[in-house]
Amino acid sequence: MQEALRFLLPDAEPVDRADFIEQARLARRNSQTPSRGLALTIRALRKSFGDNEVLRGIDLHIPAGQFVAIVGRSGCGKSTLLRLIAGLETIDAGTIGFGENTRPEDVRVMFQEPRLLPWARVLSNVEVGLGRDRASADAQARADKALGEVGLDDKRGQWPAVLSGGQKQRVALARALVSDPRVLAFDEPLGALDALTRISMQRLLERVWRDQAFTAILVTHDVSEAVALADRVLVIEAGRIAHDVTVDIPRPRRRGSADLAALEGSILRHLLQSGDDPSEL
Amino acid sequence: MSLIESLPRIRGLRLPQASGLIQWIVPLAILLIWQAACVAGLVPARVLPAPSDVAAAGWKLLLSGELARNIWVSFWRASTGFVIGGGIGFAFGLVNGLSQLGSKLTDTTLQMVRNIPHLALIPLVILWFGIDETAKLFLVALGVFFPIYLNTLHGIRTVDPQLIEMGRIYGMTDGELFRRIILPGALPSIFVGLRFALGIMWLTLIVAETIAASSGLGYMAMQAREFMQIDVVVLSILIYALLGKLADSASGALERLTLSWHPAFQKH
Repeated sequence: MQEALRFLLPDAEPVDRADFIEQARLARRNSQTPSRGLALTIRALRKSFGDNEVLRGIDLHIPAGQFVAIVGRSGCGKSTLLRLIAGLETIDAGTIGFGENTRPEDVRVMFQEPRLLPWARVLSNVEVGLGRDRASADAQARADKALGEVGLDDKRGQWPAVLSGGQKQRVALARALVSDPRVLAFDEPLGALDALTRISMQRLLERVWRDQAFTAILVTHDVSEAVALADRVLVIEAGRIAHDVTVDIPRPRRRGSADLAALEGSILRHLLQSGDDPSEL
Repeated sequence: MSLIESLPRIRGLRLPQASGLIQWIVPLAILLIWQAACVAGLVPARVLPAPSDVAAAGWKLLLSGELARNIWVSFWRASTGFVIGGGIGFAFGLVNGLSQLGSKLTDTTLQMVRNIPHLALIPLVILWFGIDETAKLFLVALGVFFPIYLNTLHGIRTVDPQLIEMGRIYGMTDGELFRRIILPGALPSIFVGLRFALGIMWLTLIVAETIAASSGLGYMAMQAREFMQIDVVVLSILIYALLGKLADSASGALERLTLSWHPAFQKH
């Protein structure tokens, strides 16, 4: 089985057993360091748009520093949940709690579109992310550092129009990171990118999450992306959490490994079963 | 500048050194053909004087100081009327673009007034103001008001709502939102309005000065017509063309300066 998978998926590099164990140990040690992230508690959350009840009672606890992926069919309410967490919509009923002393700069969102200001150079686009600290003396140094983290130091003086789609999205990531957020919400951030750029962006997301230890909430339609990145995958169906799956696979994870493929398969089966009309997928 | 120009150029058609001069080849060629036709006697001087005669007439007027005075008067009327009308149009565009209440209150009225050709008001304006400066300024201001108003309004309304949401998420105040997102986003459209307004500005001024004035380029042309000085008539028409080109170049330069971020203005 392993052999067959390796043959089918040439990008799954074989890893020594010894190396694998070492990396797993490393990953476990990392996970024990105290997280800067915020824990998130959601109780009986409801949201309707007109007559359409999009979220029908969500109860959820996300521990500090966890990477949670939210998957579901289009229209299931996953993006609405994310927008409520990010404070972009008003809550109809229920509560979302972040714990004490949360500043507005602590929660940041990254969208499918980069949403860069076309009339501002890359560096000042990143400075926008500082929020109220924009006017501080170290604003430019912080923006430079964030650009360095996404590997775009050399593009600081460029107009966004000359960047590629993946580069624009990395600038958007730098803008979200520059204020050292404690919760980062991603709304299909890689949805508009080509397959190769997606993979390198996924690695980048995983790396900054491990380095900066924020709580990450990723809404995606791509189940393989969800299992590759997340500690936990929530499947949302018709406005409720239908499945809560823990991804107990040590990091770094190998794309296309058998464990990931099996988990992806079982989550996809959940999603397929839930739909009345298979043509919707 | 235009859409076509911003497209990647075909190799071999590029003349980098001469690109500043190339635009003047056609006007110069027209002048030469015109001169040749007049010298050869193909065009009677009563119909169209030779460019050299026009230049001579211009030189005479320049020496007498009449030309400079009339150009200055016309320029002053055009720019003052433009600043007044454009300023009010811009202000209304901002208010109605940013505020639902303002838009509901005044937009319908303005759209109704817009459909009246402003030159149709000339008889009324003469009755109100006579033929003094106010009449000309009023007409120019009214003419430039609408293109500036409509394009400012359109520019603000079409700013990407996703960018505005982004600005709010990142804690921008209303002032910052306006300065950093709404105004720069509306600017390309405002410039379209500016260029339309400049055209209307000259048109209105010519008509107003031709009908009711005692100075200015239009008056100079009408005066020359009475004395059958066709060279002076042609001279004033050519000066209008030059002034129009000057205004257009100035707005183009301003556009390149403020819209340097725009892909259409970036050097390849």
